[in-house]
Amino acid sequence: MRKMLFVLPLLVFAGVLFAQSGGVTSEENSGSFVQSLTAEDARNDAGGGIDLTWTVAADAALPDSMVLERSCDGEDWAPVCTLAPIDGRKTDGELENGLEYSYRIVPWSGGTAGEPSVLAAAVPIKQWINSGRVGMLIILTIISLVIFYYIEQGKRGKDLYIRRIAGLTAVEDAVGRATEMGRPVLYIPGIMDMDDIQTIASMVILGRVAMKTAEYGSPLLVPTCRSVVMSVAQEIVKESYLQVGRPDAYQRESINYITDDQFGYAAGVDGIMVRQKPAAIFMLGTFYAESLILAETGRSVGAIQIAGTAMPSQIPFFIAACDYTLIGEELFAASAYLSKEPKLLGSLRGQDAAKLFFMVVIVIGVLTATLGEAWAPAAKVAEFLKTITSVE
Amino acid sequence: MRLAIPLAITFVAGMIMILQFFVPATQSMGESLQEWYMIVASFAIFLGSVNLLYVHTHRIRFKGRNWKYSPVTIIGFAAMIITGLVFGIEQGKPFDYMFTQMMVPMGATMFSLLAFFVASAAFRAFRASNWRATLLLISAFVVMLGRVPIGAMIWGRIPLISEWIMQVPNLAGQRAVMIGAAMGMVATSLRMIFGIERSYLGGAD
Repeated sequence: MRKMLFVLPLLVFAGVLFAQSGGVTSEENSGSFVQSLTAEDARNDAGGGIDLTWTVAADAALPDSMVLERSCDGEDWAPVCTLAPIDGRKTDGELENGLEYSYRIVPWSGGTAGEPSVLAAAVPIKQWINSGRVGMLIILTIISLVIFYYIEQGKRGKDLYIRRIAGLTAVEDAVGRATEMGRPVLYIPGIMDMDDIQTIASMVILGRVAMKTAEYGSPLLVPTCRSVVMSVAQEIVKESYLQVGRPDAYQRESINYITDDQFGYAAGVDGIMVRQKPAAIFMLGTFYAESLILAETGRSVGAIQIAGTAMPSQIPFFIAACDYTLIGEELFAASAYLSKEPKLLGSLRGQDAAKLFFMVVIVIGVLTATLGEAWAPAAKVAEFLKTITSVE
Repeated sequence: MRLAIPLAITFVAGMIMILQFFVPATQSMGESLQEWYMIVASFAIFLGSVNLLYVHTHRIRFKGRNWKYSPVTIIGFAAMIITGLVFGIEQGKPFDYMFTQMMVPMGATMFSLLAFFVASAAFRAFRASNWRATLLLISAFVVMLGRVPIGAMIWGRIPLISEWIMQVPNLAGQRAVMIGAAMGMVATSLRMIFGIERSYLGGAD
């Protein structure tokens, strides 16, 4: 329960929503081509920005251009930019927080300045909460609470049912098959860098697979597309080999960097498959167009293939070409599933419970949006759900 | 300490990235972290290059399996680096020529293989072995017909049905995958930020 405390500051942030505002000034001047000018602190930014909105007279002669001017003291005016002589809006950025900035728009015709617009002023301020993301904050809080609740349940030893995932159950069989055939295991961690959550999930699974290969004594090949991934993979595999007491079997050069180029990497890995004929191939991580090139080549060499990605457009390719496919969330469940640790399994159960909650929200949203066509209260509920689930 | 320091770094970095998403005032901290990552990644490119050279020189030296391919890799690697450093990488220079006239066509060649692999994968996937495969076969057939002029010539509604399949059942399935994946991402991130998942540190408690 201690770990749930982190949600409190998040809720406090939600509570201070709209606490600060830089103010708005808006006036009209019927004598100028620019009829109104509004300045207000830019919403949801880290400060330094002012939003400007203006309207022009519809029936007056068009000037050649308009110049937006800015002043800190109301006397010295500096041009900011040239504007087209139409209604518009612009954000003036890189300003100093806490200072009041005044703005005016001067129309220019034939090299002569016309009557400027009214002045508009605002103070740029740092925002402490992004109002467009409050819904997401609430959703994250709910998901976190549910997941932590089930982690606690897992820690207390409560029996948590987790459905069987065929692709993960087959991991041991795949490594065993490679051992029996005397061929290597090939692990492909996708083509993205370590800042991608799928690559991180893939690295965690690599640790589990490396433990199996170390136990069985099968060679493990990990060609990588990014240097950082290579370094991380080397450390993870080394740790896994150490943990099962086989540090002597660890071969650093079998985890190597090929290239950052997408199809260069695909060609390199295809070459490894054709030459080394691995008995088991794991493709877990982020894949794009190279997914089918890799999967079909792996199939052609007779390897048992286990793939997994959260890229919806690549999943059909893997299903068509691989023996087992981890679809979307299953990739992220793999580490917990393979470890069988109660607290990790608890987080899986929490993930499923959170998903159920949002399935219910989606069904309510669909029903209320449909009923809302004829019944106003239902439309309000639908609008509320839409607002809370939208992110700016 | 061996575990505590990495776990503390993970926790602090993770919390900063969560905070900067919701609190605009802390965005600069998140941006700094991302810049640090770029700096680390830049250094890692050097590590990757050293690894590439080590693996291939090692293979040549000990006449490893298929060692004859390794000189090609090393020569290509050296040619790109030397021409880039000596002549620069601007348009019209040897580096640019090798990139546009050799690298790009070779990449395009690999990409073009996809068409043949799609055909062979589709052949297997579309065999009507059970009712689900048959459903897949029929819907794929309709979608393909709807995307070419002959589909509309056969029956004017085929493009509409094709579009409906893509926009309703297909999109619903894709969104379901994305929502599930998003839950998985949140759970994985929380497990790592709060040190519940430690296997990437060797798995020790």
